[in-house]
Amino acid sequence: MSTARLWRENPSRYNLAASKCGVCGKVFFPPRNVCSTCHRKSIGKMEQLLLSGEGEVYSYSVVHEAPSQFEMLKPYVLAMVRMDEGVMLTSQLIDVDPKEVDIGMRVKTTLRKVGEDGPAGVIYYGYKFTPNP
Amino acid sequence: MQVGIVSYGAYVPHYRITPQEIGRVWGTDGELMSKNLLIFSKSVPSPDEDVITISVEAARAMMKRTKVDPRLIGALYVGSESHPYAVKPTGTIVCEAIRTSPNITVADYEFACKAGTAAIQTCMGLVGSGMVKYGVAIGADTSQGAPGDPLEYSASAGGAAYLIGSEEMIATLNHTFSYTTDTPDFWRREGQPYPSHGGRFTGEPAYFKHVQAAGKGLMNLAKTKPTDYAYAVFHQPNGKFPARVAKMLGFTDKQIEVGLLTPQIGNTYSGAVPLGLAAILDVAKPGERIFVVAYGSGAGADGFDITVTDNISNYDRKAAPSVKELLEKKRMIDYATYAKFRGKIRMQEGEVS
Repeated sequence: MSTARLWRENPSRYNLAASKCGVCGKVFFPPRNVCSTCHRKSIGKMEQLLLSGEGEVYSYSVVHEAPSQFEMLKPYVLAMVRMDEGVMLTSQLIDVDPKEVDIGMRVKTTLRKVGEDGPAGVIYYGYKFTPNP
Repeated sequence: MQVGIVSYGAYVPHYRITPQEIGRVWGTDGELMSKNLLIFSKSVPSPDEDVITISVEAARAMMKRTKVDPRLIGALYVGSESHPYAVKPTGTIVCEAIRTSPNITVADYEFACKAGTAAIQTCMGLVGSGMVKYGVAIGADTSQGAPGDPLEYSASAGGAAYLIGSEEMIATLNHTFSYTTDTPDFWRREGQPYPSHGGRFTGEPAYFKHVQAAGKGLMNLAKTKPTDYAYAVFHQPNGKFPARVAKMLGFTDKQIEVGLLTPQIGNTYSGAVPLGLAAILDVAKPGERIFVVAYGSGAGADGFDITVTDNISNYDRKAAPSVKELLEKKRMIDYATYAKFRGKIRMQEGEVS
């Protein structure tokens, strides 16, 4: 992935910057310039919204055969999380034993390393989920 | 202008390993090592944690406890000896993560274990002179000890962040005093994965000389004596040095009890004194005075005379986890997992280490 593309996504990856339709109120993450429901009526009316970072596990899977970037973390939990604002995010659920994960479990986001371009390349940071007691 | 702490936040990774487990692998008496260092476990960062993620967690905890607009922060400094990049600041990512304005001055500091307190002093100067309204000082590390080296039993990870300002202070920074000499007790050359140290030379001519000099200098400056303080926190490379230096300066075990975290989490280097101070601020009451001396190899010591204000009664301490809560949230790991997490295993080219 190019450094420029990741840099453009910093607001979403660091602070969960989403967008909200000023017409119907629908929230999008990653942010969209046009609402998928209101189409042209939403042009110029999309607002930035920072997600609270809290939500609950909608579904999850335990990954045992990981891509090389995540080799050190396996087995790990990849979770679909329904955020309190209604949008669905997918990311790792960390600092938890896979056996302790349940659908409906409350979670919150935290900033972690999500990858790097080798030992000399740029390090990428982004959101992951941890249990929210 | 009176300058002080407006808010603070802390973070400690939740994995732990015991000296007994490290000793088991290297054929040394881990039980004896634990007893000699007074360390029962140390924190270990997950493979996806580093000084940037720890600094962000601590800074976000700091911002949760205050209503200060992050756009009013004019300076941010991160002190560490394990910044993820040799060139590319840790601080820029922290700024974006707490949504400061781009109109801010940022730099990374390094002075072994006292880079975080050097950052506090810089913020004191900038706020006190009126150059900035608020400054953020962070001390964080993911320190490494070479496999089998005595440092491996103590080198750990954690950090704390401080918002320095002149309004709504929860604690005033009354005085600061530093003592610095060229003393090569501990170092790491560019490109080297692990630090080197002078063994026993790190004690008398380094830690004890500098911490005592800064402590005495601070009490002379502040015209105080040890009994004026409810709490004291000293740099804690192990559990025993701070107790010994406290006694040398006239402080009691009770005064250092709350801020002494090394027995539970090991030496968090630049995070050590900032985390110890955070543990004290978690429980401190208005009017109580705190004596602080950080130490950094190479060598120098920074002392602070602090008084807790009435504002702490209305301050939202519960908005972020206390140090006690962070210490309790733990998961023990064995040496094999520790070696994997800390990149001590040689991997096939292309795989993340």
